[in-house]
Amino acid sequence: MALIVDTANHIAGYAAKAARVKVVAAYPITPQTTVVEKIADFVESGQMDAEYIRVESEHSAMVACIGAAAAGVRTFTATSSHGLALMHEALHWASGSRLPIVMAVVNRAMGAPWSIWPDFSDSLSQRDTGWMQFYCADNQEVFDTIIQAYKLCENEQVFLPAMICLEGFILSHTTAPANIPNQEEVDAFLPAYKSGWMLDVDRPYSHANLVSPEYYMEFRYMIQEAMENAKQLIPKVDKEYGKQFGREYGGMIEKYKCDGADLVMLTMGTMGSEARLTVDKLRNEGYKVGSARVRVYRPYPVEEILKLAKNVQMISTIDRHISFGMEGFLGSETKAALFNQKDRPMIASFIAGLGGRDVTADSIEKMAQKSLKSMREGKLEKTTEWFDLKE
Amino acid sequence: MLKEIRIHGRGGQGSVTAAEVLAQAAFIEGKSVQAFPYFGAERRGAPVKAFARLSSEPILVHSQVYSPDYVIVLDPYIYKVVDVTEGLKKNGTVIVNTKRKPNEIGLSGWRVATVDATGIALELNLVVAGQPLVNTSILGAFAKATDEVKLDSILKVVQKTWSGAAGEKNMKATELAYERSVKWWEVGTQ
Amino acid sequence: MTLTKSRKEMPLTPLSSPTEGSMGKTGSWRTFRPEVNYAKCTRCALCWIYCPDAAISRQEDDSPKIDYDYCKGCGICANECPTKAIAMKREEE
Repeated sequence: MALIVDTANHIAGYAAKAARVKVVAAYPITPQTTVVEKIADFVESGQMDAEYIRVESEHSAMVACIGAAAAGVRTFTATSSHGLALMHEALHWASGSRLPIVMAVVNRAMGAPWSIWPDFSDSLSQRDTGWMQFYCADNQEVFDTIIQAYKLCENEQVFLPAMICLEGFILSHTTAPANIPNQEEVDAFLPAYKSGWMLDVDRPYSHANLVSPEYYMEFRYMIQEAMENAKQLIPKVDKEYGKQFGREYGGMIEKYKCDGADLVMLTMGTMGSEARLTVDKLRNEGYKVGSARVRVYRPYPVEEILKLAKNVQMISTIDRHISFGMEGFLGSETKAALFNQKDRPMIASFIAGLGGRDVTADSIEKMAQKSLKSMREGKLEKTTEWFDLKE
Repeated sequence: MLKEIRIHGRGGQGSVTAAEVLAQAAFIEGKSVQAFPYFGAERRGAPVKAFARLSSEPILVHSQVYSPDYVIVLDPYIYKVVDVTEGLKKNGTVIVNTKRKPNEIGLSGWRVATVDATGIALELNLVVAGQPLVNTSILGAFAKATDEVKLDSILKVVQKTWSGAAGEKNMKATELAYERSVKWWEVGTQ
Repeated sequence: MTLTKSRKEMPLTPLSSPTEGSMGKTGSWRTFRPEVNYAKCTRCALCWIYCPDAAISRQEDDSPKIDYDYCKGCGICANECPTKAIAMKREEE
């Protein structure tokens, strides 16, 4: 095991190497570039036994990964923002083909207007594609989650691809310490690549062919089933990882001081880390506030949210995302999960941090104070509020 | 104990590398660290900011640095377009690459240390593509002015990061900057 | 095509093996049938290359053999034949 200090992007490269990935097909895009540059470095210097395919676009990157995964090897790629959007139709194909591809998504806002800074509009707008989605809060988690993801994706009850999301610049270009386990340790945790089916020249067939209305729905249901199975397996794999490497992340949701809380701030990504500072400050001042970070967004952690909601008066969601014409997805899906509960908590939704607008512990405290006020008055000032918007 | 540092420079001067070297040096000494850039226009010459955090505890904060304890300025003229003391804590320290005195570069009233890092670079022929390299030597001045990190740790990281002759030159520049830097609050002239 | 009523018997994603005539004997779709005049045939094998249904096989001497179980009578072979050795005749009922 080595303790290194490096950017989350480079650390993602270390993870792909440790996972013994055999094919990487990728196209560069800010702020993802240094992930694949690191991997290219590893391959070129012989430190990583893999094929690096320089493709002409992100769409080609994904279809190359589909081909490689279908041919029976562990694959990896990375992208951001418009690169992810360009892959959109191939993302559907990857999950429908039940291929366990793992991709790092370095979150970056969508244009127009053009932005290189982080928000979750890129990955969240792909939530329907059948990919599992993990959101990381620090550099260490990026490494650990990539390794955990391969184990999950290649589990025969799952066989789905996964996106490991990390905020551009906030994590991607931020140098911080991380423990990189040695290869033997990772090999002990992550067995050899397994797929649900494989192209074989001796027994030729093609995959995912035309399916009539008579069967298509069942194929789609099987993906939904796999997502449900993943909900059971994610906490198990996390715990197993924790036992072996000494680090775990609370399964689907990482909770902080939620016991006895009246208000819980629900966030994703690095805001979840920042929120802990807010909670400590507010708890010190006598407010019963907790924080819960949604680590896994797909499958959506319905059961954990229901459990969390049982003992709190209010949940405030902070979305680094907007679905125009409605609200942020974390907000709407949390409300959907809780709608049928008899004594459900009050739920406020905040939109913050779009296009890399900084969200500090102070900002989160302001949102928490607004929420506490709504809680005391028994009614929401606004169902969805855009935080810190210029007049 | 959390200390926050902001580094001002121009694209191409190595502000981001300076932040990383500083973080790596503090890391060797057992601190928790963070180093990150703020990118504006991605081009040479445009003002850039880089940040570092040094702490005795794991660092949970990921947002930007607004009230730095220390500010490092790589470019002697950037103060004309950027307010380098914005948000700087009252008793914070500014470390500047300049030949002039603090009151000549708009820093009267602040705790300032200066060193002619550009001069040192030219003296040692530490120049790449016409650009005198000041991002490592300025850290020597930082070590002396703040005691947050030892000169030795910085030298270790510099040696590891740049191999051969480049490493030697960078180390020499860092040592010279450490020796020659002036802590103006001790000298009395502001 | 393996038809199944139970979801439990379905594979993860449809996997299709090459199968001869999975849609049945499509020869019965024919209105016109191609007939080869082997005297005129120069064994150029263009008809074999062009047949969209792979219903023409190439014999050892490069002459074409038409599989009337699957030939749909599209007439492309007759159209491409450089010596007009193939004639399209009305299929008898």
